[in-house]
Amino acid sequence: MKKFLYKTGLSTVLSALVLMAGTSSAVRAEDTIKVGILHSLSGTMAISETTLKDTMLMLIAEQNKKGGLLGKKLEPVVVDPASNWPLFAEKARELITKEKVASIFGCWTSVSRKSVLPVIEELNGILFYPVQYEGEESSKNVFYTGAAPNQQAIPAINYLMNDIKVERWVLAGTDYVYPRTTNKILEAYLKSKGVDAKDIMINYTPFGHSDWQSIVADIKKFGSAGKKTAVVSTINGDANIPFYKELGNQGISAEDIPVIAFSVGEEELSGMDTKPLVGHMAAWNYFMSEDTTKNAAFIKQWHAFTKDTKRVTNDPMEAHYIGFNMWIKAVEKAGTTDSDAVQKAMIGIKFPNLTGGMAQMLPNHHLSKPVLIGEIQEDGQFFTVWQTNTLVKGDAWSDYLAESKPIIADWTAPISCGNYNTTTKKCSGQNY
Amino acid sequence: MLLKLLGNDQESRFVLLMLLAVTLIIPLCNLIFSAGSAFYFSAYTVSLIGKYLTFALLALSLDLVWGYCGILVLGQGAFFALGGYAMGMYLMRQIGDRGVYGNPDLPDFMVFLDWKELPWYWSGFESFPFALLMVMVAPAILAFVFGWLTFRSRVTGVYFSIISQALTYALLLSFFRNEMGFGGNNGLTDFKDIIGFSLQSDTVRALLLMGSGMILIAAFMVCQWMIKTRLGRVVTAIRDHESRVRFLGYRVEMFKLWIFVFSAILAGLAGALYVPQVGIINPSEFSPLISLEIVVWVAVGGRGSLYGAIIGAVLVNYSKTVLTGLFPEVWLFTLGAVFILVTIYMPDGLVGLWKRKIGGFKDE
Amino acid sequence: MKYRVTYPVKFVVLVLMLFSFIGTSIAQEEATELTFSATVSRLKVRALTAKGKAIEQLAKFQNSRKILILQALVDGDLFEVRDSGQIVIAESKEDKYSIVLADNGNGIGLVESSAIKKIKLNNRLRSKIRSLVATLQLNSAAAEVRLQAVKTLGKSINQQSLFTLKKRAEIEKDDDVLDALGLVIALDNLNSTDRLIRLKGIETLKQKTSLKAVNRLQAIIDKNNEGQFIEPDAEIRKQANSALVKIQARLQVYAVAETVFFGLSLGAVLVLAAIGLAITFGVMGVINMAHGEMMMLGAYTTYVMQLLLPHHIGLSLILSIPAAFMVSGIVGIGIERGIIRHLYGRPLETLLATFGVSLVLQQAVRSIFSPLNRSVITPDWMSGSWQINDFLSLTWNRLYILVFCLLVFAFLLQILRRTRLGLEVRAVSQNRNMAKAMGIPTDRVDAMTFGLGSGIAGVAGVALSQITNVGPNLGQAYIVDSFMVVVFGGVGNLWGTLVAGFSLGIANKVLEPYAGAVLAKILVLVFIILFIQKRPRGLFPQKGRAAES
Repeated sequence: MKKFLYKTGLSTVLSALVLMAGTSSAVRAEDTIKVGILHSLSGTMAISETTLKDTMLMLIAEQNKKGGLLGKKLEPVVVDPASNWPLFAEKARELITKEKVASIFGCWTSVSRKSVLPVIEELNGILFYPVQYEGEESSKNVFYTGAAPNQQAIPAINYLMNDIKVERWVLAGTDYVYPRTTNKILEAYLKSKGVDAKDIMINYTPFGHSDWQSIVADIKKFGSAGKKTAVVSTINGDANIPFYKELGNQGISAEDIPVIAFSVGEEELSGMDTKPLVGHMAAWNYFMSEDTTKNAAFIKQWHAFTKDTKRVTNDPMEAHYIGFNMWIKAVEKAGTTDSDAVQKAMIGIKFPNLTGGMAQMLPNHHLSKPVLIGEIQEDGQFFTVWQTNTLVKGDAWSDYLAESKPIIADWTAPISCGNYNTTTKKCSGQNY
Repeated sequence: MLLKLLGNDQESRFVLLMLLAVTLIIPLCNLIFSAGSAFYFSAYTVSLIGKYLTFALLALSLDLVWGYCGILVLGQGAFFALGGYAMGMYLMRQIGDRGVYGNPDLPDFMVFLDWKELPWYWSGFESFPFALLMVMVAPAILAFVFGWLTFRSRVTGVYFSIISQALTYALLLSFFRNEMGFGGNNGLTDFKDIIGFSLQSDTVRALLLMGSGMILIAAFMVCQWMIKTRLGRVVTAIRDHESRVRFLGYRVEMFKLWIFVFSAILAGLAGALYVPQVGIINPSEFSPLISLEIVVWVAVGGRGSLYGAIIGAVLVNYSKTVLTGLFPEVWLFTLGAVFILVTIYMPDGLVGLWKRKIGGFKDE
Repeated sequence: MKYRVTYPVKFVVLVLMLFSFIGTSIAQEEATELTFSATVSRLKVRALTAKGKAIEQLAKFQNSRKILILQALVDGDLFEVRDSGQIVIAESKEDKYSIVLADNGNGIGLVESSAIKKIKLNNRLRSKIRSLVATLQLNSAAAEVRLQAVKTLGKSINQQSLFTLKKRAEIEKDDDVLDALGLVIALDNLNSTDRLIRLKGIETLKQKTSLKAVNRLQAIIDKNNEGQFIEPDAEIRKQANSALVKIQARLQVYAVAETVFFGLSLGAVLVLAAIGLAITFGVMGVINMAHGEMMMLGAYTTYVMQLLLPHHIGLSLILSIPAAFMVSGIVGIGIERGIIRHLYGRPLETLLATFGVSLVLQQAVRSIFSPLNRSVITPDWMSGSWQINDFLSLTWNRLYILVFCLLVFAFLLQILRRTRLGLEVRAVSQNRNMAKAMGIPTDRVDAMTFGLGSGIAGVAGVALSQITNVGPNLGQAYIVDSFMVVVFGGVGNLWGTLVAGFSLGIANKVLEPYAGAVLAKILVLVFIILFIQKRPRGLFPQKGRAAES
């Protein structure tokens, strides 16, 4: 009996080990170019990220219809990091070492990007990150196709200050790094414009906060001081519905105290009862309602792909659209999918935005983007009330934070550094 | 010699042997053979297996209190995360002035949130021995205080489970707060090296795997030994009938407390080994869902047998790895179904099934 | 009657429109003598400044329809017919719109929603129209319309509106309107250069329960950054201070009332979320990790009901209550018969199985309804608030949920106390074997009990759909809290759950202003942990032998 146990057990485990070793080292004949898609399909972030996975599948299918890339077909590799941050790192490693993908499109939250970052840098992969974020980062291996704070928050404040004549500010956010940093930047910016500390109220709430009664009552009190007040909201995802509902129910309309949000887009709105939101604003780099032929074609394609004419498009989708097409162009330019060559080729690549103008990949791995401010309409779309005349260049390191002011990112020679300190002339924090 | 320590429990010996094999063969193969060889294990496999081993240690720690003492802890993740944070703080301090802002004292997240100096509770973590001590002391203190309060006032059963869940939930919320000085939601990341060696090098990775394996083996043996001592027997008796043991004159709460604290230390060690291998520690490790998952690993493997916990942790996590890659859209269905089926048809987990089968052979 | 517009005709219309457009703009430059209809039709220009001008001009006409048009515009009921360019007021009728011409009120009939397009506004135009309408309504015959108008105008006061308001005050008869007018004028008095007028203003404000008055008075006694008083006149400061003290004394009462209401309404949500669990977990001892998903199913049922009855939002919400009870109840019975039945006597293992169930249900919802949140519309009678005064307003949705929570609780209590099922449930939970010996079909009772608990969770989901997101994560957000409430209240005791939910809600809201939302929650959790040490079996422990095991 004992013998049987050992024999069968040992042989199964050993064969499993050999099998694992075999599969992990086998190099398959490469007749396709693989593209990794690293978006959560389950867990809390599935709400936002599933759409981006679909967007990528659509873009890849479209490219294959056009004949693929470098004469090969593109092959999407979808994995589910399940909204679990360490799992993001593990899956990124799997995509690069096991699946040998040429590039990865993925991540939504900052923490997932931070988790993936060391892996991508170690294995010299390429990641396209499509979501607006807090900045303060520029990696050799990451291309940031979403907005940096100066491409969303600062123009929004300017609009409120100059056009709406707001004098009193509520900075409300979910307690994590994006709102914290954005609010730090905004606070410094407002103070530099002469706003008194008494006229700024800062408030943080946990993820998924659902009971806004006290906070909205406070905002109401704060806003009744006789000065025009606005709320700058970096409130994340699920906490938004209860927040806007409470605002509406407590009788605060967009005309009294407008809310400008940086994380509420068409997709979030499609899951909300928009009645209490009408007139509140959001700042993005893309709106589905923008009336251009490119945008109309994109929306049509999306509806055809999802077989649902009610599906909306949003800003991170455009970011993936631009990022993917730029990658295609860069690979064609470099003539190879080799990571170093593509990274080099990426800088300076231009591709038209869906809303007009040419996006350009800057040496700091951020994009130049138009900034749009829209008011929410009852149909869940935005009505553009303001937009920048020119494209705004993404700034990785904010000029309004003392520590990051002297730092710049430039991935072209001679600096070739993501965080180069212009006063000490030093490049610090690099991982390769 | 090694086997003798374990007495004559053949399944345990077998698992131990397997562990030993994994711990030695994989890192060695990774180091000796070059990529392309049939015996080569990639860095991906190494870090994956290293992770499984720390989970196995975590499952072992839960099995000790749940399987042998009957205390279902729904907050075991808290001890794991505390150990992880202690290690993470050491690794953070190791970065020194190589952070993005080049500040020699403050970690990056403190710099851009405008912290001027290191909070007092971060001091000392630049030393590895101190960090190692804290890896065990921090969870131990938490377990001691919590256990002392609850066991003394005879909080048992589901009540204990639920408030241990409250404990980890409260910690989750606390660590989310940026004011706490633990990096808020992002936690601690961007680690560079450990005791002077780069975390990204193959050797360190292989060594970490080996370390995890060795500590798991050691913990396994200590646990095996413990449950065979008088302490272990009293503890098992408590599981089976607490008041009877109390009437016999044993101080039940003391026994429970010590086994609880010991298990917390093991969980803390698991966390400390986990962090350098995955490269991030953040508050989501405190979430009640993670602690529930640990319970599931133990249940799938087989509660009340130490090697069962190890098998459960490895198997569930391995299937998670495979399924999230193969069936990203539907893997939760499979996992959910497995949990349901295991609980209904395999009350003693996989190990129970195995034993029954072997038992069947014996009868013939 | 259906128009068939061929392309040439369309083209002609287009050209004509173009001409008329050029025509109007020329006319505007020459003179301002535009007809009422032409002004109305100019509302459709896209440029916001031009639209603003058109609105101003419209308000100047002596036409009885202008208020109607402006009101429709601000309410989003003013549309442009795509083909003809006519401006119409539309009213939603089932899937179509019934439209009437804006300028003369002639009905056109029913059209598809794609045939018309909304005339868009931004915030500035919206508030401009509101104040225009308010100015026009200041002389309305109905007192409440006048009151509303005064309040709207009072929001952002300027010289012109102040003048109108003062004139109105001279002839106003209604007490409430006079009161509102008095506030606006008194606030303005404080800006006067005449000391006596200012003192008089402060005297008036003393009587008002108004946020604006408080803030204005506070501004008088504040110091600037150098530590000097902004207001040089000591007498004015003294008067302002005493007025402020007086108002604040009244305020205290309202502040307490507000906190209690906030606490009760948070408590009501907690009780609703926990009460189903009080049955499945409290009475049956099943650690039901899928409890949150039962609520999620209830919320999705509400969503589906709305899809079925898109034009009767209120009705569909009410019908959702029994529907959600049925859906979640049946799923609950299914879970009991299929899974939990095998696990009696192994309570901790029910945790694992139901955890599996919760994963499956979540993913099922993701597959069926997509992982996105679903939009559940709140009926009008549930939005807005009951404005008692400036300091105290109770939001309707919270108020309804509070009442609903109490109703559900009473219903459940009656079932357990008065019905045969209730009797059997209590018998089985107290002593299963004895109950069986007495001939109670324990199998059936178990299934019904679990179904009841799950059904109640589904009903809670209907309520939750009105205040939070309807998505796959809905259940997860409430499961930990639910367990806390049940354990704090004492397992197996419904009253305990009720008291626990409300007291935790109030504790949370009392702490929140001092500690912030996160810390308040942490403190409450720590409190529960410590409380359980003192009373290991919750607020209301179950007595008797069964409690020991």
